[in-house]
Amino acid sequence: MLQLNHIHKTFYPNTPDERQALVDLHQELSGGDVVTIIGSNGAGKSTLLNTIAGSIVPDEGDVVIDGNDVTRLSEQKRAAYIGRVFQDPKAGTAPGMTIEENMMISLGRTKRRSLFRGVTKQLRQQFREHLATLEIGLENRLNTKVGLLSGGERQALSLLMATFTEPKILLLDEHTAALDPSKEELILRLTRDLVERHQLTTVMVTHQMEQAIAFGNRLWMMDEGKVIFEANDETKQDLTVEDLLDQFQAIRGKKMANDRALLTK
Amino acid sequence: MLQALYGAVESGLIYALMALGVYISFRLLDFPDLTVDGSFVTGGAVTSVMVVSGVDPFTATLAGAAVGFLVGCITGILHTKGNINPLLAGILMMVALYSINLRIMGQPNIPLLNETTVFTVVENWWQTLNLQGIVMAPFEALGIAAYVPSSLDVLVAATILMVIVKKLLDFFLRTEAGTTLRATGDNQTMVRSFSANTNVYIVVGIGVSNMLVAFSGSMVVQHNGFADINLGVGMIIIGLASVIIGEVLFSFGSDKIVRTTLAVILGAIVYRMIYAVALQVDFLEASDMKLITALIVVAALVVPNWLGQTNAKQQYKKSKANAAKQEARQADAEGEKSHATAQSHS
Repeated sequence: MLQLNHIHKTFYPNTPDERQALVDLHQELSGGDVVTIIGSNGAGKSTLLNTIAGSIVPDEGDVVIDGNDVTRLSEQKRAAYIGRVFQDPKAGTAPGMTIEENMMISLGRTKRRSLFRGVTKQLRQQFREHLATLEIGLENRLNTKVGLLSGGERQALSLLMATFTEPKILLLDEHTAALDPSKEELILRLTRDLVERHQLTTVMVTHQMEQAIAFGNRLWMMDEGKVIFEANDETKQDLTVEDLLDQFQAIRGKKMANDRALLTK
Repeated sequence: MLQALYGAVESGLIYALMALGVYISFRLLDFPDLTVDGSFVTGGAVTSVMVVSGVDPFTATLAGAAVGFLVGCITGILHTKGNINPLLAGILMMVALYSINLRIMGQPNIPLLNETTVFTVVENWWQTLNLQGIVMAPFEALGIAAYVPSSLDVLVAATILMVIVKKLLDFFLRTEAGTTLRATGDNQTMVRSFSANTNVYIVVGIGVSNMLVAFSGSMVVQHNGFADINLGVGMIIIGLASVIIGEVLFSFGSDKIVRTTLAVILGAIVYRMIYAVALQVDFLEASDMKLITALIVVAALVVPNWLGQTNAKQQYKKSKANAAKQEARQADAEGEKSHATAQSHS
């Protein structure tokens, strides 16, 4: 479903600030795979996500989604294949517009936007059903401005908008990091539900190792632009946070430099 | 005075087209577009030149609006493809259009007094169908015919035009494309992440905005009976004043599209009424109107902030006073308690 072929990305090449963000990254995900990515700050997690999404163009290598080479496709064209939830709950929704209008815009990901009436009765019913699955009462507030929702509600809506049109790839960029613990749990549960329901191929970056172990069927640990440790279905079951930290130390000969990861393990 | 107010409603309805255009760029797309000062005249210039050369006035008006759309698209392209700051893109177009408008007109002023304009055509229909008698009948029956203006043709025609334009705009802004256009002004990153080309929406949006502005310009020229190269000076501020007046007076806290477009139209009419009243005041001259307009906009931008601050200050004072009261009450209670214990000890 997703192929990353020998991807290289260097920021500020040939200057003193030169930094290799991705080094010969070569990975493949098959349909329905859910991979969690952990790593220290500056390991290349976000660069990888942005490379898949198209906001960063790799220096070498290509990105193939469902058999289509999308490396040269602009971010918005590529968005036809990709659903995305950002860390900031404000980033994924338009605050001045109502819930139903926001959902209508997300519907346009898969088709051309027409000059016909946007939110029809039929669509409204459909939106209501989808919102009801979140079980946080948004289905009764279709005409509420999204700017009036709480951070958790906005993130739940972003998540629904990114998934209900069934994209080929779902990208989650530390999407629970800006929420308080109870909301974090809710969003994580909703993520699991939605990913399972739509059988989405998912790439999730997280700073919480426990979350990374518990979620999905694969795990990548990244450092200095490479995947330095991988776990699959079988190996992931018995993994613990201590294992991961030990692995990191054994491979890199240093402690994992991520104060947030240490704090929240 | 009464006649002057009727005149104000007439021109208010025509200028409302321009105000709707400013509403699209400023409010919906969050794009402060100064092209308006130029495109308003461009619409008028194209129409007047065509009318003078004998073209059907309706075709000439549509042509004016169409040129306005193109002009707006160029501003949009300068911003999106050229990466020029919106304000600067608008100013550049405004300056460039001054020269272009002069080229179109060939002279700084074109009189249209004896030409066939949309208004003379409407007047002809009005007379042949004898609509004046029909429209006046209910007023005469009520005995208030004296308070009704002597010719209603422009008023009726302009109202019908505004209703049509408003309905079309309301419909467009709630279509799939229109909703996406509004979202582009709200959160561009999000719209792009749902596979919409925001550049196209900005270009088309600014195009539609300037189309309405040029349409208004071409109607104003025909209504006034002349086109002038300086007709557009300060037009953007007039549009902004109309939008703000409308939102303050008529939106009643709702920001639904249907309500807001109505509020903007009414705002344009109220602005013209203020203008008409100001002209009646002895010590004010027509040329002072630009200053008054600027003051209205400044006041509309500053006063809400200022009110908010005073509210916050008052609340702060109140909470402080409450806290002090509470403290005093507690001190009292404790005083009584200690008093009581003192008594019981004795």
